[in-house]
Amino acid sequence: MLNWMRWLPENVSTYGGEIDAVIALIYYVTLAWFFLTLGVFGFFLIRYRRRDGRRATYVAGERLREAAWILVPVAVVLVLDFWIDLRGGPVWAKVKTTMPPTELTIQVTAKQFNWEILYPGPDGKFGTEDDRQFDNELHVPVGKPVRLVLKSKDVIHSLFSPNLRFKQDIVPGRAIPAWFEATKPGKYELPCAELCGFGHSGMKAWLYVHSPEEYQKWVNEQWASS
Amino acid sequence: MAISAEAPAIPGILPGKVGVWWFLASEIMLFGGLIASFIVFRLGSGGWHGEAAHLSVPIAAVNTLVLLTSSLTMVQAFATAERGDQRGPRTYLALTILLGLAFLGIKAYEYTSEILAGFTPGTGIFWSFYYTMTGLHALHVLAGAVVNSILLGAGRLRNPHRLELAGLYWHFVDVVWIFLFPLLYLA
Amino acid sequence: MRESGAGTLDTHEHHAERGFWRTYVFSTDHKMIGKQYLSLGLFWAVVGGLLAHVMRWQLAWPDTAVPGWGEVGPETYNVLVTMHGTIMVFFVAMPILLGAFGNFLIPLMIGARDMAFPRLNMLSVWVFALASLVLLVSFFVPGGAASAGWTGYPPLSAKVEYTGVNWGLNLWILAHALEFAAFLMGGVNYLTTAIALRVPGMTFFRLPLVIWQQLTATTLFLLSVGPLIAGAVMLLLDRIIGTHFYAAEGGGDPLLWQHLFWFFGHPEVYVILLPAVGLVLDVLPVFARKPIFGYRWIIYSTIAAGGLSFIVWAHHMFVSGMDPRLAMPFSITTILISVPFAYIMFAMIATLYKGSIRFDTPMLWALGFIAMFIVGGLTGIFNGSAPADIYISDTYFVVAHFHYTLFSSVVFGGFAGFYFWFPKMFGRLLSEPLGKIHFWLTLVFFNVTFFPLHNIGLAGMMRRIANPLEYEYLVPHQWINVVATVGAILLLASQIPFVVNVVWSLLAGKTAPKNPWEANTLEWTAPSPPPPLNWGATLPVVYRGAYEYSLPDMAEDWLPQDRALAARSR
Ligand SMILES: [Cu+2]
Ligand SMILES: [Cu+2]
Repeated sequence: MLNWMRWLPENVSTYGGEIDAVIALIYYVTLAWFFLTLGVFGFFLIRYRRRDGRRATYVAGERLREAAWILVPVAVVLVLDFWIDLRGGPVWAKVKTTMPPTELTIQVTAKQFNWEILYPGPDGKFGTEDDRQFDNELHVPVGKPVRLVLKSKDVIHSLFSPNLRFKQDIVPGRAIPAWFEATKPGKYELPCAELCGFGHSGMKAWLYVHSPEEYQKWVNEQWASS
Repeated sequence: MAISAEAPAIPGILPGKVGVWWFLASEIMLFGGLIASFIVFRLGSGGWHGEAAHLSVPIAAVNTLVLLTSSLTMVQAFATAERGDQRGPRTYLALTILLGLAFLGIKAYEYTSEILAGFTPGTGIFWSFYYTMTGLHALHVLAGAVVNSILLGAGRLRNPHRLELAGLYWHFVDVVWIFLFPLLYLA
Repeated sequence: MRESGAGTLDTHEHHAERGFWRTYVFSTDHKMIGKQYLSLGLFWAVVGGLLAHVMRWQLAWPDTAVPGWGEVGPETYNVLVTMHGTIMVFFVAMPILLGAFGNFLIPLMIGARDMAFPRLNMLSVWVFALASLVLLVSFFVPGGAASAGWTGYPPLSAKVEYTGVNWGLNLWILAHALEFAAFLMGGVNYLTTAIALRVPGMTFFRLPLVIWQQLTATTLFLLSVGPLIAGAVMLLLDRIIGTHFYAAEGGGDPLLWQHLFWFFGHPEVYVILLPAVGLVLDVLPVFARKPIFGYRWIIYSTIAAGGLSFIVWAHHMFVSGMDPRLAMPFSITTILISVPFAYIMFAMIATLYKGSIRFDTPMLWALGFIAMFIVGGLTGIFNGSAPADIYISDTYFVVAHFHYTLFSSVVFGGFAGFYFWFPKMFGRLLSEPLGKIHFWLTLVFFNVTFFPLHNIGLAGMMRRIANPLEYEYLVPHQWINVVATVGAILLLASQIPFVVNVVWSLLAGKTAPKNPWEANTLEWTAPSPPPPLNWGATLPVVYRGAYEYSLPDMAEDWLPQDRALAARSR
């Protein structure tokens, strides 16, 4: 139970490792503080328990020389804070504020309680004849960045992929861009992570990450008629 | 031996005044939240000149004048009460209440003509803000008029302290309007 | 009361003449009002706790009916989630930590005979009772109670068609509005009382820390609730007259609500936390027999944390769809909050250094709070870091985090205060052995219940799902849900010693002396329980700060605030 990093599901995205690294950094920093503070705490409790004939020592902690015992650790906290921010900033920027060049754009429209997944088809444009919609199935090739455009028809939903370390709320009235690049073929669950009504529990899609050949095969099958 | 429930306040501090100021602080945050939301939306949507043009600036200007005058009469009510005047506070307070009611009457006329012209709270986001902000403000004017009426009715005008507290609130309501008027009508 | 001249009353024969209604129901006495808030808070704690147990049972065994409740459908589950959160935050934590302790302690600790506006205070608790009634009624209206989450995000909460809940949600908004009004009245009273009615000698820097924390919490509430009230008005208007504030199709924006809600929501967390911290800060020195470590620094830290709490709200919205460039600035301010709180926690621990620690029941709860809150504070860093939060947000990790902070505030902090001041409130002593059993059982089963939620959250379990077994990746982790549920049931059972203790004490407990803990603050100079108007003819006078324990060259290891010393006055 205590090695928290082992609880994360397998990471299958290019940036998932970086998110995990931030979580790990915070985990080890906080774990150290946990043992340190509770260790000192426990030691004081035992060492300074009430015993006959011993009085407490009057220490107000107002003078700087006394307060330094706390102010120095607090300064360490501050430094660690900035370290976590410094490590986190680029990861956030990579995942959320930049968009790598992509060949494939997929529109995901959430509604109570389904995911409508729209492919632009061979012409690469939405709103044309060859668009295809799939319910609750997202097919992507491995090793290729995929751009998502997230929309909602009714309430706020959230597209979550534990394995991709992907999460983005979907707000009606907005088309929110997002991206990921899967690193391992397989079938992964895509739950909705934001309370969206009575069907929230169980609202999910499946993510199929295909090898390049398989993906091509799937594309050929789906667009064979057109 | 008798002891008094009236707790001795620290000299120089009037509990009523402290209380009213804290109350007003939370009121400022209430209207602040509304006004901030309005400004963010307005900036985000590139201006609402078209919608705002359907409002009547002259009527609102007259209403602004009415409310400003009522603040003046409120100040006079307090000032005369402090001088120990008997008639002054009553007259000025009654005037303040009348001016407040006049404001509400004009506002009601405005609402009616806007709704008759087809602009309801559901017409669009500007109108949602317009009705909510002015409506909430009107409720505050009404509350102020009620407070002033209670003071007038209870005849406790010789105690200028209460008039001062009611005045603080009344001026606050006035100031809110000073923000709403340009934001909604002129911008 | 004041006008009629009944405000002057005789010190010796007051109780009998007031009668039942004036004494227990329509009382303007701050102590009775505190007890009324306490009773209402405890009532809601039972309701909110039972709702939580229905949820926990459903999560552990989704396919079996919950005993005493029956089958839990997804609609019902959403109601449970929503009402549990609403009740625990607004109808348990606030009335107990702020309403009960604030009302009881502020006048007694600053040497006032009552609040500055006693009738406003009575109105406050009555408006709160009305809010309680409205919330209770909302369970029984057609369509059922609110089910859009305690955060009530629109559009889900803004249109009936999305949840099927009509009046339940309108009443839910109304109950909030009334609750806010109640605490605004209370807050104005607290601040005014502490500013205007302090007894001679009670300077601001001699106030007990629990008062400082109450005042900071109240200030945060007064300054943050306005925007949420504005937001709630907009939500109600969207629902009933068709405005478009949160409707994208009408030019509105659902995220506006989230900004307004969390602008209030984060300070609100401290509205709950700070009073609990205050209770612990006042219990610690008494049982360590030492001054609190760095009194002024703690005050400054508290104010700094309070100030920071106004500029961190978007950490609840990292993945909400707001402009992602805003995330890192909010992440930095959020993580920065660890600095003042680290100071406060370190100061609590440092207070133990070279102390002479008595492990009485209140102290155990206070120590339990420290240990549990450290866990909750540390896990907050995960949520505060924007990139980590991509994964963590809306998972059970968040649930674990805020139960380690809020549950520990209300339960550990609250019980520390309750066991400490019970003799003053009710004039009876509680049983120490029962109190200790209550503490240890609660500590153990609190952790059994909530610690595993970190793990299942890291495994990716979302909040607010009614059936984890619908997700294949969660099925292997289902045993954790079972552990947490068993823990929760035992946690509930752990409260039996508490109920027994209180009932037994009130019926047959030993009469409490004036100052059973040998504490310094002013409330211990009044009789237990204090009569109306608290002290006899003369009010105490304050000569020093609240934490002068174990002064060198004194025979006793404590020095009350009101004891005049000829030679020295600190
Ligand atoms: Cu959903
Ligand atoms: Cu927060």
